[in-house]
Amino acid sequence: MSATAHHHEDKDFLFKYIFSTDHKMIAKQFFLTGSLMGLIGMLMSTIFRLQLGYPGESFAFLEPILGSWAPDGILSPDKYLALVTIHGTIMVFFLLTAGLSGTFSNLLIPLQLGARDMASGFMNLLSYWFFFLSSCVMIASLFVEGGPASGGWTIYPPLSALPQAMPGSGMGMTLWIISMAIFIVSSLLGSLNYIVTVFNLRTKGMTMTRMPLTIWAFLITAVLGVLSFPVLFSAVLLLFFDRSFGTSFYLSDIYIAGSALEVDGGSPVLYEHLFWFLGHPEVYIILLPALGITSEVVATNSRKPIFGYRAMIGSILAIAFISFLVWGHHMFITGMNPFLGAVFTFTTLLVAIPSAVKVFNYLTTLWKGNIKFTPAMLFAIGLVSTFITGGLTGIILGDSALDINVHDTYFVVGHFHIVMGLSGTFGMISGIYHWFPKLFGRMLDKNLGFLHFWTTIISAYGVFFPMHFLGLAGVPRRYYANTEFPIFDNMYDINELITVFAIMAAASQLFFLFNVFYSIFKGPIAPQNPWRSTTLEWTAPVKHIHGNWPGEIPEVHRWPYDYSKVDDNGEFIGGDDFVPQTVPLYNGEEDASQH
Amino acid sequence: MMDLLIIVAVILGIIAISKIVSVLELVGKAKGENSYNVTERENRFQARLMPIFLIAYFAFIIWQLVAWGDRMLPVSASEHGVIIDNLMKTTWIIITPVFIITHILLFYFAWKYAYDKNRKAQFFAHSNKLEMLWTAIPALVLLILILYGLSIWNDVMEPLTAEDDPVEIELYARQFDWTARYPGEDKKFGDAGVRFIEGTNFLGMDSTDQDGWDDKYVKAEFHLPVNKPVQFYFRAQDVIHSAFMPHFRAQMNCVPGMVTRFNFVPSKTTEEMREITGNPEFNYYLLCNKICGAAHYNMKMEIIVESEEDYNAWISEQKPFLAVEGMKESEKESVPAEKMESDSTQTENGENSQLSVLKN
Repeated sequence: MSATAHHHEDKDFLFKYIFSTDHKMIAKQFFLTGSLMGLIGMLMSTIFRLQLGYPGESFAFLEPILGSWAPDGILSPDKYLALVTIHGTIMVFFLLTAGLSGTFSNLLIPLQLGARDMASGFMNLLSYWFFFLSSCVMIASLFVEGGPASGGWTIYPPLSALPQAMPGSGMGMTLWIISMAIFIVSSLLGSLNYIVTVFNLRTKGMTMTRMPLTIWAFLITAVLGVLSFPVLFSAVLLLFFDRSFGTSFYLSDIYIAGSALEVDGGSPVLYEHLFWFLGHPEVYIILLPALGITSEVVATNSRKPIFGYRAMIGSILAIAFISFLVWGHHMFITGMNPFLGAVFTFTTLLVAIPSAVKVFNYLTTLWKGNIKFTPAMLFAIGLVSTFITGGLTGIILGDSALDINVHDTYFVVGHFHIVMGLSGTFGMISGIYHWFPKLFGRMLDKNLGFLHFWTTIISAYGVFFPMHFLGLAGVPRRYYANTEFPIFDNMYDINELITVFAIMAAASQLFFLFNVFYSIFKGPIAPQNPWRSTTLEWTAPVKHIHGNWPGEIPEVHRWPYDYSKVDDNGEFIGGDDFVPQTVPLYNGEEDASQH
Repeated sequence: MMDLLIIVAVILGIIAISKIVSVLELVGKAKGENSYNVTERENRFQARLMPIFLIAYFAFIIWQLVAWGDRMLPVSASEHGVIIDNLMKTTWIIITPVFIITHILLFYFAWKYAYDKNRKAQFFAHSNKLEMLWTAIPALVLLILILYGLSIWNDVMEPLTAEDDPVEIELYARQFDWTARYPGEDKKFGDAGVRFIEGTNFLGMDSTDQDGWDDKYVKAEFHLPVNKPVQFYFRAQDVIHSAFMPHFRAQMNCVPGMVTRFNFVPSKTTEEMREITGNPEFNYYLLCNKICGAAHYNMKMEIIVESEEDYNAWISEQKPFLAVEGMKESEKESVPAEKMESDSTQTENGENSQLSVLKN
């Protein structure tokens, strides 16, 4: 690797910016594409929130944007479901899986481990371009006849299998399946690359227990992806067969649109099992990188080692392991054998133990710290708050007996948006504020960051907290309007409040958007180590070069959390409140990672 | 015109922000600061916002509880619902303090330990004792919750037996309405399947099965006698639906190709619930709670819970299947062959055998 690192400088535009095999460029590509998709997903949510907050009211400006989707400025019920479905798909997969892991695993794995690049630059390039292609197919599906997939992001058959069932189950659904198949290829290429790189390309001295927690999180995330995405692939492949080749893996005894179908012996519940076998680990594919980023940001800005480094690794491993044994908690009331429900309740509530360990470890890291409130740190603190808030309601949903009455209500919507959506995005945004200098060599503006954080957290809780109340009142999710049931008549003001906050939340992202685009071109040039951090990426030159370090790759001598380490006289070791990983242990100094 | 104004407003907003940014930058530069290093003054300001946010967050939650508390589902109208509600209360009692304490610690620490250049952060990397403590305590609490939850789950999901002498109802879901079928005098449901659907026989009743001749089906509303066990069977015609009866703490998916089940004992009549809620127009509803298409949000049925006499009077007024549908002579002749065939296929996909559990 190092031998070939030098003669790439004079590459032409096409290979430098487009078909780059450089992990830093690919990270930027993932960030920009993922964020753009996230922006689209967010705008979609604003549009359907308008319908929910003001059902049946006409918004003239929707008509030119949405055309036949919103005749007379009123979103149609079909297209409401289409927006909900694509919003979910984009946010879960395109923003918080590819956008999050793609950006930070790519950027940080080589830089924090001391590698010249990913194990396979070409696979990395393919990973991005498959992702790009899959994004294009997903967006293209918005424009086909009948509209995009509309059966919810979980696309349960038979609704998704039968074009007669709803308009979105025609061409739109086919494109959804194709897009996801390409997406899975991208995800597998990326994940395999991350795993191989972490195991093989660590610099001298970078033992597994000297890796920053970010890398641990990215590694386990990649393992989760490799083990679970193929199952989704088979699930959608069988769905594709059912749709196109007349098989009936998921179909049986169906009468629709005036005729009984020639299908027999299949079961939609089989699809649910396959889907959630990915679907649940997917939650942690989103959460673990966000938590890894938080660990790094909290330690750096508290000027303290992360508390319980090994317990943090242990809890990542425990969460990952248990996440494969809990998928059935999405299916308590699908007609699955109640005994299985009992088993899944047991395993599900176990996840709360390693999650609690993580939270307490973050709290202890803050305790007696010397906290710098950079925008990254604010979002990391926000993540701890959302992780607690959303995690605790998970104890209710994971309990099969309680799930009976809150299943598929707004309680679930509130829960997973807080614990997965907000924690995932807060982690990602925190990472962007923190590593923007590494991504683009420039600094983001702090004041816009402060504004962004406070407006975001206020409006985000304003959107999602009231949803718990809707859920406890029995309001189902995926309802186009709550106007048809007299028991929900008094919910209109809650829905209106949520919509107002949703618009505010979307508007708050303008601060971020502006900040990012302004700073990419006009931000002040980043100093070498702006946050005074210990990890290796801050030893690499600010201006990106192929191969990351101009000379030898630095050698690592200590773990990444030697912040505010003092000697026997109470003086900082090394004279400053942080000791970079590249500094050898001083005489008589104890290696803090050896606990 | 409106759109144009919005676009202009957005552009002006962006210009305004960028101007503010450059002004702030200039001011900062004049003071020897830059646009990314958080100064001590700013750090203290952010630290002060922490407890303020915490108080605002708690106040927002309390406001919601006060303003919307009475809109939550009223007391459970079924027997098992009461124990589910108790489990819910217990769970809230456990998680609320955890929520409050961890949030207070989070924002208190953030405020208390804000950066001070005269202070050193404590190098505290690890403590076996503490880590054991906060592994063991959640484990213990969760173990209690799991055991409590599972005992209730087992109670709720316990199948009825013939000795319970339940009222049996089949709820039939299709895009986008519900139908309730009662087995009639003989307490036996007639066979049904999609292959029999024809004309007005949308339930797919096998008109050659005599068990079904006295079956009764109703739309728009169905009735239940109070304080009697009710055995529900759920079928779906086209896509997955979910029968959600929130006031009874009851929900079960309706899956094409399967018969799913749930049972409960309604414990409060519609009249009683009207008194409890103080709403003379209150009605119980059956909702569809699994996305099933465009009119999903409007797929409903009213549920009337009444005394057994009223229920009996109501059910006797309903016309049996035979009277509604009539018998077709042509079908009668083809009984033997078709019935044998359908029997064998139905046993294979478990449809018929599941429906008839209580028959035998």
